Amino acid sequence: MPGSENEEYTGKLIVIEGTDGVGRSTQIALLRTWLESRGHAVLDTGMSRSVLASRGIKEAKTGHTLGRLTMQLFYATDFIDRLENEMLPALRSGFIVLTDRYIYSAIARAEVRGIDSAWIRSIYGMALVPDAVFYLEIKSAQELFQRVLASGRGFDYWESGMDLHMGEDFYDSFIEYQTRMLKVFDRMAKEYDFDVVNASRTVRRVAADLRRSVAKVIDEPSPRRARPRAKVLPVGEPTKPKLVPAPETKSEKTVNR
Amino acid sequence: MISYGNHRFPGKLFVVEGTDGSGKSTQLALLYQWLKTEGYPVFFSEWNSSPLVKDTTKRAKKRHLFTPATFSLLHATDFADRTERDIIPPLKAGGIVLADRYIYTAFARDVARGCDRDWVRRVYKFAVRPTVAFFFRAPLDVAVDRILSGRPHLKYYEAGLDMGWANDPEESFTVFQGKILEEYDRMVEEFDLTVIDATRSIEQQQREMRKIIGQHLSKRRSNSG
Repeated sequence: MPGSENEEYTGKLIVIEGTDGVGRSTQIALLRTWLESRGHAVLDTGMSRSVLASRGIKEAKTGHTLGRLTMQLFYATDFIDRLENEMLPALRSGFIVLTDRYIYSAIARAEVRGIDSAWIRSIYGMALVPDAVFYLEIKSAQELFQRVLASGRGFDYWESGMDLHMGEDFYDSFIEYQTRMLKVFDRMAKEYDFDVVNASRTVRRVAADLRRSVAKVIDEPSPRRARPRAKVLPVGEPTKPKLVPAPETKSEKTVNR
Repeated sequence: MISYGNHRFPGKLFVVEGTDGSGKSTQLALLYQWLKTEGYPVFFSEWNSSPLVKDTTKRAKKRHLFTPATFSLLHATDFADRTERDIIPPLKAGGIVLADRYIYTAFARDVARGCDRDWVRRVYKFAVRPTVAFFFRAPLDVAVDRILSGRPHLKYYEAGLDMGWANDPEESFTVFQGKILEEYDRMVEEFDLTVIDATRSIEQQQREMRKIIGQHLSKRRSNSG
């Protein structure tokens, strides 16, 4: 299994998180250029970009017949493939790994779809604790909607939560879905100690903020450095999800006794 | 919340498990014929057959892309799709679902490949608990002989060649099947598997299965079958 506990590695794992349309990829592109110009080797990766699963996920999403559980596991396959074959080797070789979304997006997507939060977290239990998680925060789904509209990309079926049948059209569904996503992210920001970045500002302002914070992570000895380099995330940590029912009690009989 | 472990669907789920060459698929096919003839609505679901996931698995096997963890997760993805698509709906409708291999195959294979026993069990927590899970137990040499005599070439992952236990495919396959059998044996008690002695005649095994399954079926049958 990957993520062998307490393994030493010399690189840094930096996560950019945020819901759809907050400008993650723009910021990552800027960060990458800046880091490389400073002489750091950068690996840039992101959700559903794995060699193993990206094509399959894309095809599965086209059909709109992808079930809720299947979707989570497909994403988990994609994540572990990138963790084992891209991120870990790069970190061992001293790269700065910039990742566009991490397990937090996957957990949020699962939770808004009513998936058992303890279950999804336990699947990602072998993930590495990042050196920093920058959460690009937009306060409201309405603002996100305006940004997606302005980008001209159009509205994605899944990013609008259309599979959840929550609204009459893409607008209603998008607002409801992203509002729920923002709530889950809010909760996780505290739980997982995100560095929250106000993403409602201009690209340049946000980029300047990120550069300053990333420089700190890379250059200065931070409290995170004292921690084991490859500590895996706590599995099934007790959390109090507000949107989904609490994990089942242990008394019930399940197939996995 | 989605966790089907303790489902109360009106349908029945019967699964067959065992190492390669234990004869379980033959038995399941006979069972299918019988239930159909008797007029029950029967559905069949086979391990590793989800239309959404199949292409990815095929490509990964061909290009040797798997690690033990991703092998495990992609098979879980396949299983989840079949659970959502092929298994739950007929069970909700009161039908009979027959599954050729089930979660125990993953528990056996993935743990044999070095995945954490508890982790693999947690991944499959959403699975429907079978009404009866048959484990066709054949001694290692018998099962290995059946496979090797009928197959000219063992595939890479089938033989466990990704694990580096042995360079020779047949030798590696034997090591792998031995580990798998060990895992099955420890699951008999853990999951209350119904052990069928796979060295007996096909007819004897089928009679025993039908007897056990008959106890779980309601008397009412449609006349259309």
